[in-house]
Amino acid sequence: MLIKKPDDIKRSEITPEQTYLNRRNFMRAGVLAGSTLLTAALYREFAVPEEPLRQQGEKLNVQQAANDTVPPLTEARTSFADITHYNNFYEFSTDKSAVAYKARNFVTRPWTVAVEGLVQKPKTFDLDDLLKLAPVEERVYRHRCVEGWSMVIPWVGFPLARLLKEVEPLGQARYVAFQTIYAPSQMPNQSTGVLDWPYVEGLRLDEAMHPLTLLVSGLYGQTLLPQNGAPLRLVVPWKYGFKGIKSIIKITLTSEQPPTTWNLAASDEYGFYSNVNPNVDHPRWSQKRERRIGEFGVRDTLLFNGYAEQVGQLYSGMDLRANF
Amino acid sequence: MSVAATTLGESQITNNQYQLFMDMKPPDITFTRVVIFVNAVVPLVLLAWDAFFHHLGANPVEFATRTTGVLTLICLFVSLAVTPLRQTLGANWLIKFRRMLGLFAFFYGCLHLLTYIWFDKFFHLSEIVQDTLKRPFIFVGMASWLLLVPLAITSTNAMIKRLGGKRWQRLHRVVYLIAIGGVFHYWLIVKADARIPYTFAAVLAVLLGYRLVKAMNKSAGKRPMSVMPR
Repeated sequence: MLIKKPDDIKRSEITPEQTYLNRRNFMRAGVLAGSTLLTAALYREFAVPEEPLRQQGEKLNVQQAANDTVPPLTEARTSFADITHYNNFYEFSTDKSAVAYKARNFVTRPWTVAVEGLVQKPKTFDLDDLLKLAPVEERVYRHRCVEGWSMVIPWVGFPLARLLKEVEPLGQARYVAFQTIYAPSQMPNQSTGVLDWPYVEGLRLDEAMHPLTLLVSGLYGQTLLPQNGAPLRLVVPWKYGFKGIKSIIKITLTSEQPPTTWNLAASDEYGFYSNVNPNVDHPRWSQKRERRIGEFGVRDTLLFNGYAEQVGQLYSGMDLRANF
Repeated sequence: MSVAATTLGESQITNNQYQLFMDMKPPDITFTRVVIFVNAVVPLVLLAWDAFFHHLGANPVEFATRTTGVLTLICLFVSLAVTPLRQTLGANWLIKFRRMLGLFAFFYGCLHLLTYIWFDKFFHLSEIVQDTLKRPFIFVGMASWLLLVPLAITSTNAMIKRLGGKRWQRLHRVVYLIAIGGVFHYWLIVKADARIPYTFAAVLAVLLGYRLVKAMNKSAGKRPMSVMPR
């Protein structure tokens, strides 16, 4: 007997097995490729540092350091790209690779710097007048961050002592306090509680008057970019980087030791002096060695960042462990 | 066993809002494993690519250390999400991917540790020991990694059989401690602005909180709320 199959589905309409398998493989390839792209995009979004911005400052009329107070440094200079794209400037971002981008539109003119407190002649300087007080010179300094990395930076500026002499400190003045601009509309993190704002720092007067202590307006022969502390910052080469306060608007001479931001945030971790010292550990990490940005290995950290001969006498007889 | 688990692949809970999901046939396990494996490897490939082309920023070692650390936590958290998802969605087949996720957490954890031992300490063993004993964040990180080792070793079917399901499960509960240790380790290293570690902590609180609530319901003799039919 012949059994006839219902033929409501024509043979020609049945998807051939090969086509079905091809279609399934095609969809699988799509799922695999799509999810891979999505994961890659997510990774890129969160993990990869910003592309270098290729910004340039204005050219400065730099005189080479002509005095013997600055020890010559033969170590290789860190690249401009690294100096301008690896920054701790918490007002803009706590991500070192994001600061350059977030600070790119920071306005640095007009700018005034008030120098006041225990001085004979308090004065609010227009920045451009302040920068004319003395010829700028290039100073190639080591820069050591408390986090364990370091750079070699050709700063451009003049000694802070030059400015302080201009306002004539009084006899009672023993310390110098510095303050960063407070501009939450331009500095996004100033609207958060990451640190107490504005950022403040301080030095003992003799530290501030030391010839190595520099008021900096540029690096690599150009004016500072915002991420490096434009338009005016402090550089104290024998102290950890955070002592070098950025975007300064106020300098006050005092008789009492002024508060400093990181000390307020964690007093057991960051002292007032914060001199570079391989023998005094930070509670959370060793300070014995450092990673020089641009180099693969690590190198030994030097006492006072290699400036012991110049600044050691400032601390003679002091317990550097207690006064960290 | 939960209500959802016993009804897998059937249609007993007709009013359940997860009906759609439960009716869904389990996907092709082998293919899904391939998808998960490839996606878990993607970050490593990109990291290696960027390292090769010098695109890891000014401090490549710091970047690689942080990235492998975060990837460890992410894989660990995804593996910890399997049980809550499986139970609330009734998708029991999700369990088939948990071992691989856990092993990826271990894998990235090993890379994280290796980055520190090699590129930060250059295999100075005495310094590593000193560092571990002296610095709480390294101690917590080391301890968490060490606790991962027995879990990785006992992840095979043969080991599960040898230990017995109950003992195996009890041992693998250590992963909760490891996850807490991992987040604590991250929080300890941040100088200021701990928003990312806090985010990880919040996610972990949900993942562990779910288990705590279930355990409390169970001990109170109640059916777990999350899988109660309406």
